[in-house]
Amino acid sequence: MTTTLISIERPTRAPKKPLAFTIDGRAVTVEEGTTILAACRTIGIEIPTLCFLETLRPVNACRLCVVEVEGARVLAPSCSRTAEAGMVVYTKSARVIHARRLVLEFLASSVDLSTTPGMAELLAEYDCKPERYGPPKPHALAGERDAAIAGHHAAPDPDFAATVGQPVMVDNDLYVRDYAKCVLCYKCVEACGADHQNSFAIAVAGRGFNARISTEMAVPLPDSACVYCGNCIAVCPTGALMAKPEFDMRAAGSWNIEAQTTTDTICPYCGVGCTLSLHVQDNTIVKATSPLENSITLGNLCVKGRFGWQYVQPGPSADSATTRDG
Amino acid sequence: MDIRLLQAVPSDTERAAVDAVLGAPASGWDGGVRVNARDSHLAYGGRAMRERRHELVPALQALQARVGWISEGGLGYVCERLQVPPAEAWGVATFYALLATSPRPRRMLHVCDDVGCRDNGGREVEAALVAAGGPAVAHEPSGTHMQLDANTPAWMHSPCLGLCDQAPAVLVTDAGDPAVERLIGRVTADVARALLAGAAPGADALANTVVPQVGDPSLVLLQRVGVVDPTSLTAYRNAGGYAALGRALQLGAEGVIAEVTASRLVGRGGAAFPTGRKWEAVRTQRATPHYLICNADESEPGTFKDRVLLTGDPFAIVEAMTIAAFATGCEHGFVYLRAEYPLANERLQGAITQARAAGLLGENILGQPFRFDIEIRRGAGAYICGEETALFESIEGKRGEPRSKPPFPVQSGVFGKPTLVNNVETLANVLPIVLHGGAAFAAIGTTQSTGTRLFCLSGAVERPGVYEAPFGTSLKALLKTAGASPRMRAVLLGGAAGTFLPAADTDFPLSLEGARAAETTLGSGVVMVFDDSQDLEAAVLRIAAFFRDESCGQCVPCRVGTVRQEEALHRLARGKTRGGAEAEFALLEEIGVAMRDASICGLGQTAYAAVESAVKRLQLFQGGAV
Ligand SMILES: Cc1cc2nc3c(=O)[nH]c(=O)nc-3n(C[C@H](O)[C@H](O)[C@H](O)COP(=O)(O)O)c2cc1C
Ligand code: SF4
Ligand code: SF4
Ligand code: SF4
Ligand code: FES
Ligand code: FES
Repeated sequence: MTTTLISIERPTRAPKKPLAFTIDGRAVTVEEGTTILAACRTIGIEIPTLCFLETLRPVNACRLCVVEVEGARVLAPSCSRTAEAGMVVYTKSARVIHARRLVLEFLASSVDLSTTPGMAELLAEYDCKPERYGPPKPHALAGERDAAIAGHHAAPDPDFAATVGQPVMVDNDLYVRDYAKCVLCYKCVEACGADHQNSFAIAVAGRGFNARISTEMAVPLPDSACVYCGNCIAVCPTGALMAKPEFDMRAAGSWNIEAQTTTDTICPYCGVGCTLSLHVQDNTIVKATSPLENSITLGNLCVKGRFGWQYVQPGPSADSATTRDG
Repeated sequence: MDIRLLQAVPSDTERAAVDAVLGAPASGWDGGVRVNARDSHLAYGGRAMRERRHELVPALQALQARVGWISEGGLGYVCERLQVPPAEAWGVATFYALLATSPRPRRMLHVCDDVGCRDNGGREVEAALVAAGGPAVAHEPSGTHMQLDANTPAWMHSPCLGLCDQAPAVLVTDAGDPAVERLIGRVTADVARALLAGAAPGADALANTVVPQVGDPSLVLLQRVGVVDPTSLTAYRNAGGYAALGRALQLGAEGVIAEVTASRLVGRGGAAFPTGRKWEAVRTQRATPHYLICNADESEPGTFKDRVLLTGDPFAIVEAMTIAAFATGCEHGFVYLRAEYPLANERLQGAITQARAAGLLGENILGQPFRFDIEIRRGAGAYICGEETALFESIEGKRGEPRSKPPFPVQSGVFGKPTLVNNVETLANVLPIVLHGGAAFAAIGTTQSTGTRLFCLSGAVERPGVYEAPFGTSLKALLKTAGASPRMRAVLLGGAAGTFLPAADTDFPLSLEGARAAETTLGSGVVMVFDDSQDLEAAVLRIAAFFRDESCGQCVPCRVGTVRQEEALHRLARGKTRGGAEAEFALLEEIGVAMRDASICGLGQTAYAAVESAVKRLQLFQGGAV
């Protein structure tokens, strides 16, 4: 079972020809099939992205990476638009900067981006003023967004800016879902589905501003198809999905990235031998990930590698992260 | 892969409704009885099962039609039958406005509160319903709509039902076997009350489709509407029907395309793309099969021309599709028909059945080695599914989320195959082109806009309805023909994705170039008239709400931009601006430009158009200054 079915054919590998085009007035030559984003990176041009990840199929949803292609009516998502010979691309035109600034403001005014790495810098760089849309509306009640009917919404409250604010979902001992921080980048859905895990525990439900990541009928994770691989956590760009130990430490104010070191090792559980990166703070493992660029895991692990490291050491964080009967 | 299925058990009714669409289950693997000798050591599924995914929406629609909503047991059974993960099926079910995922009464009234109805009797209907049955079922905090009783009819708001010429409009749906669906026009408070009390709905508003110009010898696209029996193939043939198909088979595929190209016909679905070029692009694609889709989703507020063609002259659309399929090498055609047109569905289905029986669809059409058949797919309440790539996703059984282009539909459309998508009206033009030649067609209209165009006149006009006029006819003349109110203040041209024009700016030729010069768009042919009895600001707020409701939610500029746009307009309307009206107008402009430039599809790209014109051309919301 896949989400892609008959509609999407994986690109076949044709021999790659070089093609030349210009970015911001500079001539670039790349292989056929290269995205504009990848081409930019070869010449050191930075483009912000949010929904793009090398290990996932592009969904072109956030529109943060847009660039201007000469002659095109609208801007193009650089993360997925492939370069064409003779294309003239601008990555910093007024239209591009405006669109990016508004996209950032739209997100910052409707989503809690406080745990999105690099976001504060980005908002400053683009001179964003998310507060100009009004004070954020108080959080919805638990379940309220899940009960929304497609195509209907309550009239806006002129005193507030609508947000996706809602209570954190803590329904299992391994990870929490704080959808008030969700930018709807689709990454978790792709990681859980056909791109990686093939569990299909979560999908996008609803539509419009009420579109949301959901299990079937919004049931708690333990009642869903989730196998707790945590591969969705690994790709979530905003911290909306967060392992419980990190969530608890952040809540206690003891999470300190500066004080953390990362050690790569091999997962001891099975013969696959996934590369495991152990994040250590105060001589205690606080998180386990796998490097995205690892050709075996592509950043993925299973429940054991992701969460089963408490036996390595006793300690306060291990206590709070004990599984099941916690 | 193994999917985790739901535990809830479907009722016998739900099971029967689903089986009626999907056929009986084949084994214990897809919801049938498990026979150990057969099912124990072999798993059925894989590719064959995946290829059935496109049946998901029809299966969910079957539950909706039989029970009135999709229960956990029903959803679970569909998932088991098609081996679709429940989370995905939930994602699909919750995308469509006419699929209910919480209990609903068997009878629902979908009451149009859109721009064409609200000030033309809609408010009175709404007041009567509120008084009789309480507020509309809606998005209320923490699901108050969950407490509905199956036997007590309820009502909810609906965007434009495509019946603006007979405002106010209500779609009645009675779940059951058979389910009853009726689109009713000119609804009075009394009728609304009776329907809410359970009275049987009257005949569909369109049973006798007539057009204001009926009998006018200059009509081309509308010549048979209201004149020739739309339920009889014989009547259609006696009126000259199927002569064009015969001629097309003589011309050959390339000959047909040459005529269509010579006619300089452009698409009537909104984008005005040259039809001949599109056909040629599909014909020459090497990947097979090719698919043909007739886009009958018609959900642009104020638009009802396709409905008139489909109910009034359904054989013409079937014949035109057959010609298009012949020219572009398609063996399978879909009509993607908006859910709110039950009579069009019935008429079209009737036309397809009769054509098939007469050898005009199926194998060896007219004795030639040419095979083609048509399947109707009904929408489920989503304007966005009129966007061609969202339409593909919907047919494939997914959420109607537009795809990124390129690749274009002619290369990779539905099921990843070359696909020709044409609007109903575009297809209707093919018949005169094939019969009389492209050159004759191109002689009508202006040099740049050839042929005739259908216009949907509604609002403050004496004779609302669909009018056919050659391109180049002046808007002023058209308004006069329809009897526009002498107190006309503004016209909404092109629909919600179009522009408002002040009454003083309505004297220009209705052609692509004329509209461009007047800085407007013909869009889907909407001409909605507002006079001084109507609340224009409220209409603009409704349009803003429409875009917010209908955004698929995929991309940030549209998903959040439509919300921020609506909020700013409400602040203006209620005199609660942040920093004064000018600041709000500037903010609206910034939001609008970002939506136009950075959205994935045409919905987000045009979501500011009508708002912009209302502010800049009609000077609305000036009272918002503090
Ligand atoms: C939001 C949106 C809604 C649309 N709805 C319709 C529709 O209801 N009917 C239609 O024919 N085209 C609709 N279109 C245009 C289609 O995407 C497509 O361009 C058209 O069907 C092509 O047919 P044509 O070339 O015959 O016009 C819509 C486009 C957008 C962006
Ligand atoms: S933990 Fe794994 S199975 Fe569970 S939702 Fe995330 S990706 Fe899917
Ligand atoms: S939960 Fe995270 S990964 Fe999933 S859509 Fe939201 S922001 Fe993206
Ligand atoms: S513009 Fe709107 S409707 Fe179109 S893809 Fe984006 S969110 Fe969806
Ligand atoms: S990163 Fe390209 S659209 Fe999101
Ligand atoms: S039917 Fe009500 S506005 Fe079109």
